[in-house]
Amino acid sequence: MLKINDLHASVENKAILRGINLEVKAGEVHAIMGPNGSGKSTLASVIAGKEEYEVEKGEILLEGEDIEELAAEERAHKGVFLSFQYPVEIPGVSVTNFMKTAINETRKAKGLDDMPANEMLKMIREKSELLEIDRKFLSRSLNEGFSGGEKKRNEIFQMAMLEPKLAILDETDSGLDIDALRIVANGVNKLKSKDNAVIVITHYQRLLDHIVPDFVHVLYNGRIVKSGTKELAHELEEKGYDWIKEEVNA
Amino acid sequence: MDLKDKLVSSFIAFENMVDVESAVHDVRSEAIKTFEDEGFPSKRDEDWKYTSLNSVLKHDYSVFPKQENAIEYSDVKKYFIHDIDTYKIVFIDGKYSSHLSQTTHDSMDVCLMSSALAKPKYRLIIENYFNKAADKNSLSSLNTAFSQEGAYIHIPKNKVVEKPIQIIHFSTGNESALMLQPRNLIVVDENSHVQIIERHQSLTQNPVLTNSVTEVFTNKRAIVDYYKIQNDRQSASLIDNTFIKQKRESHASVHTFSFGGQLTRNNLNFYQNGERIDSTLKGVTIIGDKQHVDHNTLVHHIEPNCESHQDYKGIFGDKSTGVFNGKVIVDKIAQKTNAFQANNNILLSDKASINTKPQLEIFADDVKCSHGCTIGQLDDSAMFYMRSRGIPEKEAKALLMFAFSNNVLDSVKIPEIKRRITKLIANKLGVSIGFDL
Repeated sequence: MLKINDLHASVENKAILRGINLEVKAGEVHAIMGPNGSGKSTLASVIAGKEEYEVEKGEILLEGEDIEELAAEERAHKGVFLSFQYPVEIPGVSVTNFMKTAINETRKAKGLDDMPANEMLKMIREKSELLEIDRKFLSRSLNEGFSGGEKKRNEIFQMAMLEPKLAILDETDSGLDIDALRIVANGVNKLKSKDNAVIVITHYQRLLDHIVPDFVHVLYNGRIVKSGTKELAHELEEKGYDWIKEEVNA
Repeated sequence: MDLKDKLVSSFIAFENMVDVESAVHDVRSEAIKTFEDEGFPSKRDEDWKYTSLNSVLKHDYSVFPKQENAIEYSDVKKYFIHDIDTYKIVFIDGKYSSHLSQTTHDSMDVCLMSSALAKPKYRLIIENYFNKAADKNSLSSLNTAFSQEGAYIHIPKNKVVEKPIQIIHFSTGNESALMLQPRNLIVVDENSHVQIIERHQSLTQNPVLTNSVTEVFTNKRAIVDYYKIQNDRQSASLIDNTFIKQKRESHASVHTFSFGGQLTRNNLNFYQNGERIDSTLKGVTIIGDKQHVDHNTLVHHIEPNCESHQDYKGIFGDKSTGVFNGKVIVDKIAQKTNAFQANNNILLSDKASINTKPQLEIFADDVKCSHGCTIGQLDDSAMFYMRSRGIPEKEAKALLMFAFSNNVLDSVKIPEIKRRITKLIANKLGVSIGFDL
């Protein structure tokens, strides 16, 4: 699904990613953990195509195709989805209208006609139920005045609507109470299949009790310094990151 | 002969067409003197520093259309808000079109200025209100001098007018260049409520210059909502002078949607003559090419405990230019005034420009007055967010611009207008938005 080879990226001439290698196969869930400032969110943004980041070296292959030169929307059309750590408020555009636009633009890019209105409504109903989202919520302006939990649920709702091949969840657990965490995790688990893959970026192990990863990677100083299975996450929860830092610096 | 001389000498011909014995004619004669003394404003005038009329004054306008022109409703239907029932006062080249209009005298007057000026039964209203709100500037005076036709609306007290009233001015282009001086008088008595939609529409590429004056009087607890749709051809220019005199506890709002025309100048003036008055001034301007839109607003807080809300959004592309000059005066006795003003602008090109100037003159000490103006580009993080969901750059920009102008549309009370304006914005931005708002 996704293969990243020796990826180096910087912002404003400051190197953030210093040689990332990662392979994510269809059907897998990978967790990327690491201390603050290790480059987790940068990695997510670079995969999604944020223009502020300069890719200096390496390649990002999605199903064998190098997507590094593609615009963010083109990557989205190919099935990349990023759930934002801080979803942006867009006053004046309702959740429903935003979703309709996103879905129909994606269909247009694939040479398909707009999704018929009744089909769209049915899909919106199903997916909003999955995330336990109130219908009234959908006519509100996108993310405007939403609580932290509402924003994150809305992100996963959008993921459910767009049915991506590769979903990257950037700190989706931050700002969630335990109920919201359960709803969000449940949504992600229901969407998981043998044909798609999920990368969960998180600081804490908490979310991984609900979305169980096949692999856990530790990012530190722009490199993946340790990889393992879900037990590694437990170890990190228990011992913190200092021992990793010591190991790397030794 | 330049336009000023032509207008002044035309006044004699005009006098042959109207009743010169009336009191109104004394007002006209006074006004033409003012115009003759002052002439058209130039960039030397502080209020016209950023707007030059030179390019629109150079045409050889005919001042009185020579013939009456007819147009078919089917040809101009699209310029009407036609999906709801409305009263209509329609003019073609400055002349009333009974064919396209739907007026009424049933418990209120929705009719013509020319008949209100001529008929004795309207004399009292005319004496009390005509030219009592308009300022005595040269352009208003020019209009006053030639005031003869336009909309006359009088809503007696305790009347909620169910249907909006549309005032539409068409110009056919049968004259090579035409100058129009429409004059509207709107008097809304105690507790009454009316909604008005105004539009100026030229049907050909021949130049049209409209110098319009509208006087609105809202008496005690009256509510007036006024919508101005400015989406004319680029051969047309408009100087809109609107004066709203409010009495206590009345609410008046004016929404101005400026998308078209070569040069548009809105002089919008509110006078609050009473307590607990609410005045709302909102506008969305989206222009490109070499278009120019100038909003010159005045809110005069004369009495205590009143509010005013101003919110103007502008999006400027290509070599277009915008001006916002918002003056708020709070008199010494007008304590507890709440006056808000915001002017936010987005420049889409390096060659577009906006001059924005808040002007607050506050003489009372216990007031809340705020103002803010911004000039910026579109938010990068919002752009990335939308694009990461598959919305291409151009559409994402358009959606953000929608969002930017949306809170001005929020307060539009007629859903059909809201829909229409949304569509106009989509067209203006050159995108098809895959949904209705």
